[in-house]
Amino acid sequence: MISFVNVTKTFKRARVLDGVSLDLAKGDRIALVGSNGAGKTTLIRCLLGEYTYDGKVLVDGLEPRDKRSQVLARMGFVPQIPPPLKMPVGELLGFAASVCRSDPQDMVRVIESLGLEYGRIRKLPFVKLSGGMKQKTLIGVALGRPADILIMDEPAANLDPEARHVFFRLLADRRDDGIMLITSHRLDEVAALVNRVIEMDMGKVALDDRVADQVDMASRLSCRLTMSRADSAFARALGEWGFTGSGVDWSGWVNGPDRLRFLGMLSRYTGLVAGLDLREAEPCVA
Amino acid sequence: MRAFLRAARLDIAESLRARWFLFYSMVFGGIVVLLFVFGLTESRILGFTGLSRLLVTYIQLCVAILPIFVLITTVRSVAGDREAGVFEYMLSLPVGLAAWYWGKMVGRFTVVFLPVFLAMGGAALWSEYSEIGVPWDLFTVYTALLVSLSWSFLGFGMLISAAARSPDVAQTGAFLLWLVLLLFLDLILLGIMVREHLPLEAVVAIALANPLQSFRTAAILLFDPQMVVLGPAAYVILDEVGARGYLAFALAWPLLLGTVAAGWGYRIFRRGDLP
Repeated sequence: MISFVNVTKTFKRARVLDGVSLDLAKGDRIALVGSNGAGKTTLIRCLLGEYTYDGKVLVDGLEPRDKRSQVLARMGFVPQIPPPLKMPVGELLGFAASVCRSDPQDMVRVIESLGLEYGRIRKLPFVKLSGGMKQKTLIGVALGRPADILIMDEPAANLDPEARHVFFRLLADRRDDGIMLITSHRLDEVAALVNRVIEMDMGKVALDDRVADQVDMASRLSCRLTMSRADSAFARALGEWGFTGSGVDWSGWVNGPDRLRFLGMLSRYTGLVAGLDLREAEPCVA
Repeated sequence: MRAFLRAARLDIAESLRARWFLFYSMVFGGIVVLLFVFGLTESRILGFTGLSRLLVTYIQLCVAILPIFVLITTVRSVAGDREAGVFEYMLSLPVGLAAWYWGKMVGRFTVVFLPVFLAMGGAALWSEYSEIGVPWDLFTVYTALLVSLSWSFLGFGMLISAAARSPDVAQTGAFLLWLVLLLFLDLILLGIMVREHLPLEAVVAIALANPLQSFRTAAILLFDPQMVVLGPAAYVILDEVGARGYLAFALAWPLLLGTVAAGWGYRIFRRGDLP
């Protein structure tokens, strides 16, 4: 479906992509990981037809650069840094829906399912929204249109736990429809969302591997936690995960795809954990 | 076509929200108001009175203000959008590059031309109401000249935006271009070149190529084609081609120049990295 054939990109003297060759097939959910400067964003921009390059990038045989409208009509994109658009959110949705030939109401539905009141933000300049609100709006634009290729640059970074859960569920709903490419600095952030990992380093593909596809993206884990003593830093960290409690007893929900990230957070406070009960609950239909 | 119209509409809406547009409209509106307040329609200079006198003065002020306004606001917003990451997102949507680029240019043309025209149109309406009388032929010629001048500098602005990789470089380039064109007006550097006995053909060629010069000459040739007002190069050209010929040239040349510059800019834009 998508082929990168010996793609090389050089900025002045710096070679940012160095002969990258990859084939992405329908059903692939890919985590594109790597440190800063590894070439992830450059690879995405080549796929979006925004950069010139040596080599070939083909989406079902079409070059994104030459057949922009045809290729990009199939791609939903969420950038890592939201653009500083001064236009009101309603105007952004109107423009996106018009050029994508989709219904803006579909985008509104996704935005509202992520917990954002569209009526309240419709007339606000996009640039004035908080980081999380911007992210939800851009996710709404990307998922609320008929795109079978999703490209997301750290998409869940600014989302609260509830919005993350809805977001994961939305991805689960469309997981086998096409290709999903998610970039991240850290694999644990996205591991549960994907079935393939591509690691980039110095502009080359350092690792291309499959991931066991076990986690239900729509699942939630109920969690009870007992601490040996109260700790304010740990309490703050749990608060960010939406946990409730006080002192030594805490409880809350962890999204299935977030379990690795949650355990990673817990590992920093191992000495304080006296008891942990983590149970898979019924898939939530939020 | 849909993407082109949407891109144009987006740029118009974006400009209407921007502070520069408010300032820009106030400047041109303010000029007309001030010209009325200072009683310019009642004064008589070189046989001109009424609204003609006001229009001639207004158009002379436009030569000085309009190009730099168009250049700076265009290059700042286009190159600034690219640097800020607006292009990365907006151009990830299925909109053709031609539709985006030309839509942006047409949208920008609408917002730079309308306040200048509306100020002039407002003056005409007021004159009609006050029974001063409106010289519609002059009004039409000046409107066409303003279209031509705005389009030409917009084309330069788009070219500079496409070629420069940062807003600062684009802004410096725009300012330098304006300065060079201003310096090569007939009564400034060209006058010195004539005095220094430089080849007349070179002087005439420079005068012909400069859209500011052609605008200025066309604006004043209708009422006072004297060498002391026009400048030596324009006087020679006018003597060769006549008033009608020069007027046609002054309308067509900046339009052509602007279109070629914008087309060159589009070529750079299309062939290079977008964000």
